[in-house]
Amino acid sequence: MQDINIKITDRDGVTHDIVAPTDMAMNLMEVVRSYELAPEGTIGVCGGMAMCASCQCYVKSNHQLPEMSDDEDAMLAEAFDVEDNSRLGCQIQMTPELNGLEVELAPES
Amino acid sequence: MITTDILIIGAGPTGLFTVFEAGLLKLKCHLIDALPQAGGQCSEIYPKKPIYDIPAYPEILAGDLTDKLMEQIKQFEPGFTLGERADTLEKQDDGTFIVTTNKGTKHHAKVVAIAGGLGSFEPRKPKLDNIAKFEDKGVEYIIKEPEFYRNKNVVIAGGGDSALDWSIFLSDVAKSVTLVHRRNEFRGALDSVEKVQELKDANKIALITPAEITGILGEDKVTGLTIQKKGQEAFTIDTDHFIPLFGLSPKLGPLGNWGLEIEKNAIKVNNALDYQTNIPGVYAIGDVNTYPGKLKLILCGFHEATLMCQSAFQRIFPDKKYVMKYTTVGGVEGFDGTKKEAPKAVVKAIQ
Repeated sequence: MQDINIKITDRDGVTHDIVAPTDMAMNLMEVVRSYELAPEGTIGVCGGMAMCASCQCYVKSNHQLPEMSDDEDAMLAEAFDVEDNSRLGCQIQMTPELNGLEVELAPES
Repeated sequence: MITTDILIIGAGPTGLFTVFEAGLLKLKCHLIDALPQAGGQCSEIYPKKPIYDIPAYPEILAGDLTDKLMEQIKQFEPGFTLGERADTLEKQDDGTFIVTTNKGTKHHAKVVAIAGGLGSFEPRKPKLDNIAKFEDKGVEYIIKEPEFYRNKNVVIAGGGDSALDWSIFLSDVAKSVTLVHRRNEFRGALDSVEKVQELKDANKIALITPAEITGILGEDKVTGLTIQKKGQEAFTIDTDHFIPLFGLSPKLGPLGNWGLEIEKNAIKVNNALDYQTNIPGVYAIGDVNTYPGKLKLILCGFHEATLMCQSAFQRIFPDKKYVMKYTTVGGVEGFDGTKKEAPKAVVKAIQ
């Protein structure tokens, strides 16, 4: 298994180069939390069930991402600051294909 | 003034189980929660989702876990102050505490146990420039009294269960109900979606989708809204009330000003001993606390609640001798006069 390199821009606009494991069943929200790129309690509030949108992010690179589930789609329909490239971090698993992924965290709401 | 032995702030699983452990020690509990029902996140965010790591339950729905906990603590007759947020903590000269809610309800307790999870649930407010100015002047995030909307024009925004359910309910009360959602699709119980369709066909609910509210109009109260339908020009509609229902998000809130040591949005406690905070007599248990190696799991909250109650007992009765008793041995004696106990073995000679 390999680690992948991803770029995450936090809510203060600072971009971090992060190494994320692909063999730990981690999703993007969990990567953000493990690197403490957003304060505890402001991200991953529902624990990763696509039920709170606190891990919303904007995908800046052209990666082929896993298709959106109905749950994620419906949650984004109720979230704020949603753009065409919005996704929920908790629904994006870290896989080797996502090497080079660039995302920006959406504002806290 | 409500008086109790242990005042529990937060009626999630950890807070509820505290009532049981305290009850075994003959300590009475009262719970405060900002939500209108017990269960915390389990009932507010994911009642229909399964949990797999509650010991002895291979699978249990979060809502069922809440129901079971309520049943387990019933005989200890806990008091509840629901729908109110604990706002201030005042330590008295005798070492007891008075906690006052945002609605002014006062609680007097010997010990305070904060089981507040990620904080109290606050409504998520849409980002409209002047929305704060109209709060309680036509903008309401929570419907407290449906009669308030009788013969009024109401616009509800949102796409979940509460938006659907309130649209249905108010269609019988208000002069007009308009439901605005960013999508044509709604996420809610099938019954509710179908009912809204029915009411729409009967012209009892006006549906504007896919659309967003982009502005609030009015001088000293709401008189109208600007609505932007996807791909079309914005238009305005007249209304008396705007009710955005976009769910709730937890905020640590006033707890942060109680003089507690806070680290990473959680309350630091002494996990080597009893989960007490830097204020003696105030404990923090469950997801709201932090210590080296902390895991935010319901089962860890149960353990913390158990140890915390032992410490609370010693604080309240410093001179009493106490030994821990297994419930199988000692049974469970409720404050309501009930007693559960293991059936006695039958001793009978065989002739």
